[in-house]
Amino acid sequence: MPRLSCWFIRAALIDLTLGFTFGALLLWHKGIPLHPMLWRLLPIHIEFLLLGWTMQLAFGVAFWILPRFQTERGNVALAWLTFGLFNTGVWLVGIGSLIDATGWLLLLGRISETAAVIAFVRHAWPRVKAPGV
Amino acid sequence: MPQITRLFIKSALFYFVAALVVALAIALNPLLALPRVVITLGPVYFHLLMVGWVTQLIMGVAHWMFPKFTRAKPRGYTWLIWTTFFLLNSGLLLRVVAEPLRALQPALGWGWLLALSALLQWLAGLAFVAHSWPRIKER
Repeated sequence: MPRLSCWFIRAALIDLTLGFTFGALLLWHKGIPLHPMLWRLLPIHIEFLLLGWTMQLAFGVAFWILPRFQTERGNVALAWLTFGLFNTGVWLVGIGSLIDATGWLLLLGRISETAAVIAFVRHAWPRVKAPGV
Repeated sequence: MPQITRLFIKSALFYFVAALVVALAIALNPLLALPRVVITLGPVYFHLLMVGWVTQLIMGVAHWMFPKFTRAKPRGYTWLIWTTFFLLNSGLLLRVVAEPLRALQPALGWGWLLALSALLQWLAGLAFVAHSWPRIKER
């Protein structure tokens, strides 16, 4: 497994842990009320599990298994850029949903995530090819 | 394909169908006079889909495909992945039963089952991470 895939997948596992923790607190609170503020964890629970866990795992596995050019994986810098931007975006959106009423952190986070996805598409597009090309 | 992976994937497929059946019931509810419980099923539908189908499929395939742990223990501590399977499924099934019951009869103490469901699923997540983390390594 290439180094970048290790980073993607470990970050996805961290987000899975956090997302499940927030989700468990929410579900517990739904059954046995703890504190009404806990409902504010719902957006970060969704963000960490939908994007941080499932999407990020897909990035990591795709970088690992998509066809290569001989032994190379194409523009690896773009894939690293994806990793940095995507995780910055997920954390900005998550934290923004908790503490920022103005919406600026959410906006910055979504811009970062969108840039990450564009970088990943640019990286992955040429690797989606027939064998030997 | 290891036995636990087959169990994960077949369970995931079952939940996929179940999630879509629940979604169908929710969509039919305004048109037909379905039982009152249907209006409480939104969160159940979403978690059947995302935990039962997507996450469980990922867990099964990850256990199968991730790099070997060691030559002697190629898939690592398999008791952890079996623990994940039983905790996740018992937690999810408990939620499927308890969440509508709590919504319809909040006074009857169903909330404790939801709390137990939360604990079981959280422990499943931790067990999966503990199982997978050492297998994520460079070659």
